[in-house]
Amino acid sequence: MRRSVFSGGAFFYDRYIMWKYKFLEDVAIADVAFVAQGKSLEELFANCATAAFEVMVDTKQVAIRQKRNIRLENDKVEELLVDWLSELMFLKDKDKILFKEFRIGIKKSGIYRLEAQALGEKINTKRHRLRTDVKAVTYHLLDVYKKRNWMARVVLDV
Amino acid sequence: MQIKEIEEGIWEIPITHKEGMIVPARIIGSDKLIKEMDEGVINQITNVATLPGIKKYAFCMPDGHWGYGFPIGGVAAFSTDVGVISPGGIGFDINCGVRLIKTNLSHKDVKPYVDKLMDVIFGLVPAGIGSKGFIKPNLKEFEQVMCQGAAWCVKKGHGWMGDLERTEENGCIEGANPDKVSSKAFSRGLEQLGTLGSGNHYLELQIAQTEKIYYPEAAEAFGINIPNQVFVMVHCGSRGFGHQIATDYLKTFGSAVVKYGIRTNDRELACAPFKSVEGQDYYQAMVCAANMAFANRQLITHRIREGFSVVFKKKPEDLGMDLIYDVAHNIAKIEKHRIDGKDENLIVHRKGATRSFGPSRPEVPQIYRSVGQPVIAGGSMETSSYLLVGMDRALELTFGSSLHGAGRTMSRMQAKRKVRGTDLRQSMEQKGISIRAVSMSGLAEEAGIAYKDISEVVDIVERVGLSRKVVQLKPIGNIKG
Repeated sequence: MRRSVFSGGAFFYDRYIMWKYKFLEDVAIADVAFVAQGKSLEELFANCATAAFEVMVDTKQVAIRQKRNIRLENDKVEELLVDWLSELMFLKDKDKILFKEFRIGIKKSGIYRLEAQALGEKINTKRHRLRTDVKAVTYHLLDVYKKRNWMARVVLDV
Repeated sequence: MQIKEIEEGIWEIPITHKEGMIVPARIIGSDKLIKEMDEGVINQITNVATLPGIKKYAFCMPDGHWGYGFPIGGVAAFSTDVGVISPGGIGFDINCGVRLIKTNLSHKDVKPYVDKLMDVIFGLVPAGIGSKGFIKPNLKEFEQVMCQGAAWCVKKGHGWMGDLERTEENGCIEGANPDKVSSKAFSRGLEQLGTLGSGNHYLELQIAQTEKIYYPEAAEAFGINIPNQVFVMVHCGSRGFGHQIATDYLKTFGSAVVKYGIRTNDRELACAPFKSVEGQDYYQAMVCAANMAFANRQLITHRIREGFSVVFKKKPEDLGMDLIYDVAHNIAKIEKHRIDGKDENLIVHRKGATRSFGPSRPEVPQIYRSVGQPVIAGGSMETSSYLLVGMDRALELTFGSSLHGAGRTMSRMQAKRKVRGTDLRQSMEQKGISIRAVSMSGLAEEAGIAYKDISEVVDIVERVGLSRKVVQLKPIGNIKG
């Protein structure tokens, strides 16, 4: 049997402290896993969203021509993160938009409330060199955690 | 590790392995495949063995690998009375599946036209992120698609009557209820009918090599009767529509496990009693997605026939473009199985596993009753795929289930680090495989080196008695989203 890198082992976020996000090689065989970090919860959520769109496109090629407002609430911060990324995947398919910038406010008063603007543009196959589509955001190995910074680990189904 | 080979190719992990296991877990595999299998598979399949109402064994097929919730290759059957249904046992891409379409052309006939054919089909079958299909249903029509599946397409003139009997469940599972589908899923899936998608989804031109026919009687029954005959294989599912339904219900099931006091070892194994409101709502919505996927593959088939017709200037009927079969490999279905001498209705989950019914089952279409149900195993685009046929012994061993493909052995990130998409395309073109890909990095992620040796996988399912090899299919052209 081959050892799974993270099965039962501790996860050392500090190794990735210099990154906004970093894709993990050995965590998900058919899927895509990444860790992300931010000085605030808002920055963490924005970096996770950027990572998810980087799976699909080089976000540097994406202009800002479209804006979508998103409001979400959840009592668990990790579930709020799944809701946030899932909402972006929904809009990506429904409105055919790739997002690159995120303006986010998250308040906690009993439950977490997120208000955000996601900015990007409609998919243009002439200018956007597309990568692999993200189907969904999983709860697999999901972790949101605050040490010095806010950190998260996410597995996407692609 | 308590894993023991109890008979050739069947490895068992006893219930003492993990607290809460109700039944033992069984993995199908050769010594080599078991040795190389990720230990995450053991963890995940033994988690499945703890779910309420599970019958006999939790299985993993030889192409299995670490996934989320169930492993890929996972098969589990639950009592419809006291068992559960779990979206994690189906996956986000509900009714992802494979279909194989025949032609009466040989490799010699097609060879001069491969590039033209690939260009035409690449233009007719939208692929990749954000692509829109050629059908624009309104909401009412989309509901009809959910309830009628592939039959809706045939009624609209996008298919042949004979296609339906050559599709698992005749291309339409009963019990769809569009009221259980969110408006988000409606709007996400509406424009995606007839699109291929991305990731590991593909459309492939293949040849059935005459010297690689292993079971001539079945090959004859499936219409493989000319040397190096050309086939088209399509691998895709329910697109964003299914992904949204799975996303919606995974959230619902997160609270359902609390409500019903079910303890699971993984949030992705969230489940609810099949008979509960949540269980039934999910099932009815999941069936909508399954039927949409049958329709999706049917529409793609129609476009492939049009493409061949344009290039060869003949009607698709005159090109012998019958469907051989369409199988689902991410699904839960109600099936009758014999347990301890009694027939029982079970909700059989197959995630990265294919139904593999032998000749004795009434679900096998009349035209194939003498040999069994075709089982389609899609391999990597660089190596080969296989057409197999279901064996009755699979009913005794695995609730009539078998492999779905080669199975990944390397992550997408690793594959991309090892291979560049442009280099891979060049080397495949040199090997005589024409490539049309929306994404070069997506192509690299699907490199042959990222997959297990499919021959090893099909050999073990044959030795164990789940499916019998009919023919090996070698790629000559691949379209990837």
